[in-house]
Amino acid sequence: MKRTGAISLRKRLVLQLLALAAALAVLLYVTVRTVAGDAAEETLDGVLGAATLAIADELRGGEDGVSIDLPHEAFSILGSISQDRIFYRIAVGEVTVTGYDDLPAPARKLGSGLASPVFYTLPYRQTQVRVAAVERVVLADNAPVAVTVMVAQTRTGQDTIAARVANRAAGLGLGVFALAAILSMITAGSVLRPIDRLAEAVGRRGPRDLRSVDHPSPAELVPLITALNGFIARLRAALTRTETFITEAAHHIRTPLATVRAKAEIALRRAETEEARDTLRAVIRSVEESARSASQLLDHATVVYRSDRLAREPVDLGKLVAGVAQSFAPTAELKDLAIRTQGLEAAVTVTGDRLLLESALRNLMDNAVKYSPPDEEILISLEVVDGLARVAVSDRGRGLSGVNQAELTRRFARGGNVRDIVGSGLGLTIVDEVTAAHGGRLDLSEHAEGGTCAALFLPLG
Amino acid sequence: MRFLMIEDSADLAQSVAERLRLDGHAVDHAGSLADAEDCLSAAPYDLILLDLSLPDGDGRDFLIRQRRARRDVPIIVMTARAGVADRVDVLDLGADDYVTKPFDFAELEARCRAVLRRRGGATQTVQRFAGFTFNPLTAQVVIANEPRELRNRELRLLEILLAAPDRIFSKAQLCDRLFSYAESVSDNAIEVYIARLRKKLEGSGARIETVRGLGYRISAG
Amino acid sequence: MRGAFLALGLMLAGLLPAHGFEVEEEASFAAPGPEVAVLRVLSTTDTQIMAPVIAGFQAVNRGITIHYTVANSQQVQAAIVTDGAAYDLVISSAMDLQMQLANDGFALPWQSERTTALPGWARWQDTLFAFAQEPVVLIAARSVFDGLAPPRTRRELTALLRDYPERFRGRIGTYDPERSGAGYLFATQDARLSDTFWRLAEVMGGLEPVLYDSTAPMINDLKAGRLVLAYNVLGSYAAPRLAGDDSTMLIELEDHTLTLLRTALIPRAARSPVLGGTFLDYLLGPSGRALIASEAGLPPIDEAALAAQPHLRPIRLDPGLLVYLDALKRRAFLEEWRAALIQP
Repeated sequence: MKRTGAISLRKRLVLQLLALAAALAVLLYVTVRTVAGDAAEETLDGVLGAATLAIADELRGGEDGVSIDLPHEAFSILGSISQDRIFYRIAVGEVTVTGYDDLPAPARKLGSGLASPVFYTLPYRQTQVRVAAVERVVLADNAPVAVTVMVAQTRTGQDTIAARVANRAAGLGLGVFALAAILSMITAGSVLRPIDRLAEAVGRRGPRDLRSVDHPSPAELVPLITALNGFIARLRAALTRTETFITEAAHHIRTPLATVRAKAEIALRRAETEEARDTLRAVIRSVEESARSASQLLDHATVVYRSDRLAREPVDLGKLVAGVAQSFAPTAELKDLAIRTQGLEAAVTVTGDRLLLESALRNLMDNAVKYSPPDEEILISLEVVDGLARVAVSDRGRGLSGVNQAELTRRFARGGNVRDIVGSGLGLTIVDEVTAAHGGRLDLSEHAEGGTCAALFLPLG
Repeated sequence: MRFLMIEDSADLAQSVAERLRLDGHAVDHAGSLADAEDCLSAAPYDLILLDLSLPDGDGRDFLIRQRRARRDVPIIVMTARAGVADRVDVLDLGADDYVTKPFDFAELEARCRAVLRRRGGATQTVQRFAGFTFNPLTAQVVIANEPRELRNRELRLLEILLAAPDRIFSKAQLCDRLFSYAESVSDNAIEVYIARLRKKLEGSGARIETVRGLGYRISAG
Repeated sequence: MRGAFLALGLMLAGLLPAHGFEVEEEASFAAPGPEVAVLRVLSTTDTQIMAPVIAGFQAVNRGITIHYTVANSQQVQAAIVTDGAAYDLVISSAMDLQMQLANDGFALPWQSERTTALPGWARWQDTLFAFAQEPVVLIAARSVFDGLAPPRTRRELTALLRDYPERFRGRIGTYDPERSGAGYLFATQDARLSDTFWRLAEVMGGLEPVLYDSTAPMINDLKAGRLVLAYNVLGSYAAPRLAGDDSTMLIELEDHTLTLLRTALIPRAARSPVLGGTFLDYLLGPSGRALIASEAGLPPIDEAALAAQPHLRPIRLDPGLLVYLDALKRRAFLEEWRAALIQP
């Protein structure tokens, strides 16, 4: 059913949903990273600031100038939150009181009093450091002195946190993507299921099922179904017209054929020369041949048409066989052929299509009458064999002359020994198709003493 | 026999009528259902040949009306509709038999005869010739009160010969009428049936002569 | 054999170029196989302690000659910071100075299966690694506790000194933190860990303590009977010296026993940092650890041993160590210490 190059709605839907999910996952990743990075920096800044303030609190003035007792905890806390390198400087103006005297002071002027620390990042000792700086005023030698406390910290800890967060975020993003992918598959499936169901419902139909589609479908598919039903209606009308046309055509051709044949027969009766008679005979044969072919084509079409939606009615085989035998009696009589029946009184019923079964039987009878030599007998028997109904037509004709059954039941195939007798080659095909449609089989065999036995086996019921 | 042929196509009707008259039957032709009703009210018929497509209605309606009115003149439907369904259809509606156009006259005759035989009658004339009587419907010849059964081809051969006693029928003519055109038979096949008929007519005083090089004729005594 | 190497090393020492820092001892351990590389180690640990470990390393790495230089921790610091001396590995028991080197960027990062296996408290970043954990103990002459229970905590020790001053007067030894880096580290960490330290210091101060700038003389004086008590002595040095001497005893105080981490780092100026790292990995590896324990007499890093002895407190290897290196802080601490211990 799939054509290459056809656009798959499912693929397109899934791809779009996946793209959306991917975009979402990336956005999530970036957001989480940024937010977490900011949060990590904020946290670390908070600790750094607290350490700086703790140190600033220990600033003392006095007669000897500024002094400080560095609190161990301030550094220890910094050490406990991350394994980062720490630098500090306590300075009065440009003069370092203690610490790393090359640690740069903040670019802008710091507010004194109880102002919060100022943070800045700068390159220092071949690395980047984050610095918290705060200014306090102390009285040294009775004069107010502004002291700057700077604590710097490398940010490998933040980088580690960022990397960890990035990993988590990537995991989260992947998770979201995977979930979204699964959901998009499910969504695509559920969105497209009605289409699949509709396609299945339409696809399940037999080739001649031209009822309109009334499958329950979502609103979006209603225009499609309406269009489809419109199309089906047009197709149905067209087919009906074609069927009518064929029937009418057959009718209109048969009446002139009948006239031709009648006139030819009359002419033949009156014809004086053998030459004229031969011509007229040929005309009659041709008329007969075309009429017979047309009949069988029509029959075959009927079989094909009806096989698809086989009528399921009980068929009394005895009655059916008797009717067919009776209707062939006059034709058989013309050749002094006797039609003998056997076992018709038994009640043998099968379930199926009476018309098709009759058509099959008529074809067998037609063959038997055609191929039997005069003064012989045709036997139609009905019996039950191994739980199957067996209808057999035996003639004393020329048999099958070695051609196998599969060959004979092929369309337009005819036995090699019957070229002199009018026939279309469809007869056995029709029989074979009818029995197959009924779950039965056709069995062709040759009598030891000559002649053919064609047996239909049909399931009882 | 007297036929009423209800047929739309005048051309076909004329040909069929002519062909039937050759066999000694009387044929009236009605081109429509209305005409058919007129004919039926004017004369009795042994058999009706009914086409289904008629200018003023469907032959099936006519069939139904006939059967409802319990008018039981045998009806053979002759139609261009060749499907099995069509056939079953008309038989169910009360037709006695069914032939599909184009039809073999031998077959039509055989069917007519079969129908009439089943119905047991109609105004069949029994022919007398030489020392025997011949009833084509029962396929019997009676010679000195002794009935003898004729087989179909013997019967038809006798009919052909009796239609023109003393006239010479060529083998080919006889073959054409005795055998189906679908069969291919040699002219000599006819000799078998001539021989059989001669045997059936023994003691009747009728003779079937072989006219060498020309054919056969029947003569009384 | 080892003696031969050592003799050779000491002989070679005279041929080595002069250093800008004071060297106590210099030895060269020639590669047992054909020499392919030279590893230079600067260490505060005596050559004879490390020699078996070096031999073990060379047994595995036969192409490596090792130059082993011993200096005190201040000189080690000076060699790295001031001279930029090209050593491939620096081993020191001065945790604070090592921490400062690492913090100030004088160490190269090293990452291996061995270093990452170290517990968090035994390394800092990927630059500073501990390979031995050494308790800081109290050693005493058994006779001084005659009729008394030996102290188990600083509180008990303080009470003992206060109750029996005559037994201890003039016979207590401890580090002078002004002259000894280790003494300063132990004192500051003691002070940080418990307030009882200052009371103990004051009581000891009243008993005319003798101040030392290294461990060996303190142990010698104890063994010789000139001291009855030595406070804050490295157990790893004391234990072998006191082994077999029933007149002395070694006490790990149960309120807390400082545990020094002997650390190693690869200096930025290293010529062969990979060799330094290889030696470091050997120290941390199973055979190195076994040799450190059995031959060097140093307890290797062992988290389980610490868990079994909860009084052992490893000195925290973090920037907190930098605080006491601050000049102002040092000045303030030593002032306080002097006030407590040196009583007129």
